[in-house]
Amino acid sequence: MSDKKRLDLEYSQLESDRMRINVGPQHPSTHGVLRLEVEVEGEIVTEVVPHLGYLHRCFEKHCEKMTYLQVIPYIDRLDYISAMNNEWPYVMALEKLMDIKVPDKVEYIRVIMAELNRIANHQIAVATFGLDAGAFTPFLFFFRDREYIIWILEKMSGARLLYNYFRVGGLAADVYPGFKEDCLNIVKQVRKTNAEVMDLLIYNKIFIQRSANVGVLSPDVAINFACSGPVLRGSGVKFDLRKDDPYSIYDRFDFDIPVGLGEVGVVGDCWNRNMVRVNEMEQSCRIIEQAIAQMPDEGDVKALVPKRIKPPKGEVYMRAENPKGELGFYIVSNGTDKPERIKARGASFVNLSVIPEISKGYMFADLILILGSIDIVLGEVDR
Amino acid sequence: MGLLDRLDDPYEGGGIILGKVEDLLNWGRSKSDWYLHFGLACCAIEFMAMNASHFDFMRFGTIPRTSPRQADFIMVTGTVTFKMADRIKILYEQMAEPKYVISVGSCSNCGGPYWEHGYHVLKGVDRIIPVDVYIPGCPPRPEAFEEGMMLLQKKISHQAIFNKRKRLESEV
Repeated sequence: MSDKKRLDLEYSQLESDRMRINVGPQHPSTHGVLRLEVEVEGEIVTEVVPHLGYLHRCFEKHCEKMTYLQVIPYIDRLDYISAMNNEWPYVMALEKLMDIKVPDKVEYIRVIMAELNRIANHQIAVATFGLDAGAFTPFLFFFRDREYIIWILEKMSGARLLYNYFRVGGLAADVYPGFKEDCLNIVKQVRKTNAEVMDLLIYNKIFIQRSANVGVLSPDVAINFACSGPVLRGSGVKFDLRKDDPYSIYDRFDFDIPVGLGEVGVVGDCWNRNMVRVNEMEQSCRIIEQAIAQMPDEGDVKALVPKRIKPPKGEVYMRAENPKGELGFYIVSNGTDKPERIKARGASFVNLSVIPEISKGYMFADLILILGSIDIVLGEVDR
Repeated sequence: MGLLDRLDDPYEGGGIILGKVEDLLNWGRSKSDWYLHFGLACCAIEFMAMNASHFDFMRFGTIPRTSPRQADFIMVTGTVTFKMADRIKILYEQMAEPKYVISVGSCSNCGGPYWEHGYHVLKGVDRIIPVDVYIPGCPPRPEAFEEGMMLLQKKISHQAIFNKRKRLESEV
């Protein structure tokens, strides 16, 4: 089946000129300002060259000039769809360097925030992937639910999209009354919508024909390109930092790591990558339910937040499982209140590098779908 | 703007409206603005939320167009880098007159958080194209988008159409 879809280049004996097409940076399906230089033969893609840098926002330069606390808002703006998840590895890295043990309540709130944001991110990813394939209704369904999640995050942090909520050793604010009920209602709503979307989009015959057997990424190629997150798990590799290198309190929860099973199409195609995201939403719901049941009510979330962050000399690397994949921060401290250097390892940038590999030999229309299934965000690619 | 209100006037009742043609044209223009579908950075995500179920941007008569030649106004949603700046200028020049620009978010208003140390960021999109409405925020709330859209409609509905050429010549 997979060979049938991957059109053989030698099969067409027609002499045709190769044509170079420019896609982006202004294009509704490039998920931002990515520019792709595509070489096509007829309608078959023979080469893809991504051009980056249209959203380069000087992240590392800003880190040199700012204090440790001032860096947090810039980290929000890396992967702006899942800002809570972004702040976490940075804050954890500084806690590791300064040797701070975070209270239990803070850890639980962080887990709930991160998982809520993971659901919101996957909702956008699946919604826009559907949009690329021509399905508009799931987009409206997912954005309706996402708005309820955003309302919780807004009540907690004061912002809708870029939160600036995590602090070294704690959080910016405590939970509000009625937080637990709100979260449980969200979990219910997310499950209901996912069941609807299963019929509307995921098992829709047209959608399966568009996305199954397209953009097959084999596990060894995925590992060689250092892919992570749903892109890697869609290829059947069971690797998730929450299980394999447990940080925070993820070892206290009971959840599964969804991988691509090849239920429709073959393992590693666009459909399976997308399915991993849908399944991860369910697992995030499970984590939120357990975290809310275990969360202690007493405790001060700001008790251990230092007035002035001045870590000792040294260097530290901390990584966490972002919705897009593995996000790591490498921090070099010179003993002052400003970092010497901060390097971010963004998952989107690494995952994007696999595009030229997996889109060769497919139709030009499939290239847009492959790009959508990788779920990149250009703020993290260009930084 | 309020053309139908005049029907309530006892003097002008009976289905006859006395008014300027300019008002009628401007009423039509301001209520069916098509915009260039173009996202740059974080603000574009809020703009997606704006287009979706809760806020429903299309009730303002706006329809996303993917080609600048069909668009009435462009929304610059996000950080404008030097590399992107000439692209935006080209897109703006491709649009047909009359054309408008809404600058969304701190980054495209003035450079935003990247104003001080950003060696690669344009400090305000109004350095390359003329801006009609500025929407503040980082990113702005969807309600702010609505406010900006209403401001643009207000601006369009008060514009003079006739004698424009003569007026422009006198200004030169």
